[in-house]
Parts: sequence; structure tokens; C-alpha cells
Amino acid sequence: MVPLWMYLAVAAALFCIGVFGVLSRRNAVAILMGVELMLNAVNINLVAFWRYSETTTPLLLNGYAFTAFVLIIAAAEAAVGLAIIITVYRNRRSVIPEDATTLKG
Amino acid sequence: MELNAVSIGFFVFSILTLGGALGVVTTRNLFQGTIWLMVSLFGVAGYFVLLSAPFLAAVQVLVYIGAIAILITFAVMLTRSVTRIKERYIRTIPSFLASLALFLALLFGITVPIFGDYPAELTPTEVMTTRDLGIALVEGNGYVLPFLLASVLLTAAMIGAIFIARDEDS
Repeated sequence: MVPLWMYLAVAAALFCIGVFGVLSRRNAVAILMGVELMLNAVNINLVAFWRYSETTTPLLLNGYAFTAFVLIIAAAEAAVGLAIIITVYRNRRSVIPEDATTLKG
Repeated sequence: MELNAVSIGFFVFSILTLGGALGVVTTRNLFQGTIWLMVSLFGVAGYFVLLSAPFLAAVQVLVYIGAIAILITFAVMLTRSVTRIKERYIRTIPSFLASLALFLALLFGITVPIFGDYPAELTPTEVMTTRDLGIALVEGNGYVLPFLLASVLLTAAMIGAIFIARDEDS
């Protein structure tokens, strides 16, 4: 059997790759892809902790159900985020987040 | 750790997940980036199978690879004519150092058992199934309130996405 810390290590690596993508990419769509990677790393962690937990019946589905809700939030986030990117592109002819400065003081 | 089907699968899915993720953050062409994202998400679905959560694996393939990756492909296509961005990255070195430091900190926390030893894995018979999840989602003392809130959120996100992205001239 694979020990728990190996799942956690892979999830940590995936999360940090996502962090690098979010911090360094210029294109807004690529930044959103980095966010998706980070959400997936969190999902791996949740399912792994659920699978290895020693809790008794009432709590036994928490990790599983939480992961399902994270998937729902990710779908909503992707839909709204891409709609915002398309609107900014239509108004500014740019997909670089630094160019959307209308609300800057 | 002995060499069996689970550990071999673990290494294969690790390569798929991390390799795909590296492809996402390094590729210049965003279409290829989307394909790499699909590879990475497929590896995560494999992890869910290994962790005896087959329902989540199916949802992962349907929602992430089926819907979100296609949505991202559409966004790449719709914003493509000005994707003449000269440089891929900004703040490359500080971002790399920050994520590397975060990874090392996380790895330290994971491998050094500060909070005691890790629990052993449950045997597959002790693990809840998809049927139990379905019952818990609609049960009064289960997750019925988050379940309903999630459906309201999905409706709101759908209407919001249509409203934000619609063409104002038409």
C-alpha cells in the first residue's frame, strides 16, 4: 500500500506548480489553468485524508462530500472567470490582467 | 513499500499529474497547455480510483476534462487573435523561488510527523461507497443544506456567466 505522505507530497508538488503558474504567467487564461491545478491538489489531499482517516461513521463521508462540493465550486469559478476574461478581452483587446486597470485608483 | 498494482499505478499517475502540470505552466502555445491540463486532470482521476473513490473519478473526467477543459479551449480560441504576447512570464525568478520555498516548507511538514504518526490505511470494506454518498447528500442530518446551496450557486454562476459574457451591442 502507498503511504499517506506520498499522496501529500505529490499534492504539494502539484499545488506549487499551480502557484508558479498563477504568479508568473502573463495570459489570464493560463493563470486560470494554474488555479485549476491548485484546486486539484487540494482535492487529492481531501480524498487521501478521507481514505486514511480513523474516524467513525458520522464523519466518515466528510472528505468525500467536501471533494464533491469543491468540484462544484471549481466549475462555477471556471465559468464566471472565463466570462470575465472574454469581457475584458472584448473591451480592452487584451488578455493580460495588468491591462484591466479601470478600477485602479 | 512493496511493488504491486497500486504502487505501480501510483507512480504512473504521479508522472501523468506532475508532467501534465509542468506542461501547463511551461508551454508557449495555450492550446497545448489545455491538452497538458487534460493529462494532469486525468492523472488526478487515477488517484481517485486508487483511493477507492470511483464516483469522484467519474465526476473528475466528466466535469474537468469534459466541461472545464472545453470551456478553456473556447476561451483560448475567442481571445486568440491578440495572443501575441512576447514573453510568457513576468516576475519569473521571484515566482519560482516563492513556489519552491512553499514546496520545501510543505514537504518538511509532510515528511516530519510533527502531529504524530500517520494512521494506517482503512481496508476497502470499511470505506463508504457511492450509495452512501447519495444517501448522505439528501439526508436531513447529512449534507442536504450544502447540496441545495451548491445547486443555487451553480444556477447563479450560470446566469452570471451568460450575463457577463453577452455582447452588449445585440
